[in-house]
Amino acid sequence: MSSFDKDSLSNTFIVAISICLVCSIVVSGIAVALKPTQQENKLLDQKQNILRAAGLLGQDSNVDEQGRDVDELFAEFDVRVVDLDSGEYRDDLDPATFDPIRAAKDPDMSQALSDSEDPATIRRRENASIVYLKRSEGEIDKVVIPVRGYGLWGTLFGYLALDSDLQTISGLGFYSHKETPGLGGEVDNSSWKATWPGTQLYNDQGEPDVRLVKRRSPEGSKAAQYEIDALSGATFTTRGVENLVNFWTGEMGFGPYLKRLKASA
Amino acid sequence: MSTQKAVLVDPIFNNNPIALQVLGICSALAVTISMSQTLVMCAAVIFVTTMSNVAVSLVRNRVPTSIRIIVQMTIIASLVIVVDQVLQAVAYDISKSLSVFVGLIITNCIVMGRAEAFAMQNGPYLSALDGFGNALGYSVILIGVALIREPLGSGTFMGYEILPTVSNGGWYYTNGMLLLSPSAFFIIGLFIWAIRAWKPEQVEEAEYEIAPNEQYQEAI
Repeated sequence: MSSFDKDSLSNTFIVAISICLVCSIVVSGIAVALKPTQQENKLLDQKQNILRAAGLLGQDSNVDEQGRDVDELFAEFDVRVVDLDSGEYRDDLDPATFDPIRAAKDPDMSQALSDSEDPATIRRRENASIVYLKRSEGEIDKVVIPVRGYGLWGTLFGYLALDSDLQTISGLGFYSHKETPGLGGEVDNSSWKATWPGTQLYNDQGEPDVRLVKRRSPEGSKAAQYEIDALSGATFTTRGVENLVNFWTGEMGFGPYLKRLKASA
Repeated sequence: MSTQKAVLVDPIFNNNPIALQVLGICSALAVTISMSQTLVMCAAVIFVTTMSNVAVSLVRNRVPTSIRIIVQMTIIASLVIVVDQVLQAVAYDISKSLSVFVGLIITNCIVMGRAEAFAMQNGPYLSALDGFGNALGYSVILIGVALIREPLGSGTFMGYEILPTVSNGGWYYTNGMLLLSPSAFFIIGLFIWAIRAWKPEQVEEAEYEIAPNEQYQEAI
């Protein structure tokens, strides 16, 4: 050891290279070995979020009242890719691999939105997206669409579920957001989310008109059917949620598709 | 035996990395909103600190002085990625709510500080004890903070409701301040006060004395 000089140039290179090699082998080994489990988790999480938005699964449980698990419940859903401009199904894209959020970043598969077209501040909108349809006896029972929009600190990602009349909201849930815990983070509050089902979506002009308000209109009035309580202390989050719901169900979002679906029913 | 015990136990109260050295504060603020997040974070830090200390100690006689910091960083970063990947596979929900803070263990001063200050000079066994002890000292403070923040901030403990909150039809008005990061500062400050009242030798001597006012106009 007496002749060993750890500060020599050659030793520096040997140590640097071998440390990098060992570390990269460990890291990539772990990453590759765990990838299948991670993807399974992601998929399961997505399915849970869709089912929760549609009200088919409790907020904290993994099975429904009849004890059916997530995969079983989700198997009843028909997953389709939809062209947002025309509202028609696109069979050339595989719903299992198509990722609308990734598509929104691809200039060939998305379009930039101008400020006036973009109340939800998403900047680019994908040309095609995914819908989850639940049918019972051939009739449409639930339609779940992915929604997203800017709140206060970041984009909220979630699912909006509609009832069979495509006019009544059946639930809304966010699976990823960066809102302040306790204020805007209350979008996850289950008692607030429970006020969504039954809210009306389209007004007499056929435009989405959900309003998050500080003071509700008198009960029983027509306006009250479109209203949801705003979140206290979270003006920007509230505005973001209102905008994203109205954007994604409107002309630039799933509006054309929902209209076609309604006409065909 | 006594050195080993001292290396393991000292960092818990006598030389606590958060309370005395004031390191690793950032994650102490971020993850202590809920107890389950805190426990996972503590486990992750214990694993990373112990393993990085062992690894750094094993290579300490070969690493050239000029690149020793980057070597330590590489080892720590790799361990953190391993933890992050394992969490994503095993505890997906918690890894989602911890989000970037697992990755930020890389920048946790405690891990780097122990590697540089202890593991570079001591054998693997003693370094392992030191890493474990320091991470334990970190965990004690974090768990203490979470014990206050979660029940008072959201009325729950480990996700179960213990104080029925007004928004769920109970009586407890949640304290919103405890959900925000600064509250952890106040709580850690109170802990430091408590520890120093218990162990007065930790109180630092004043570095200078403030001179009294000579003219009363100074005060106006």
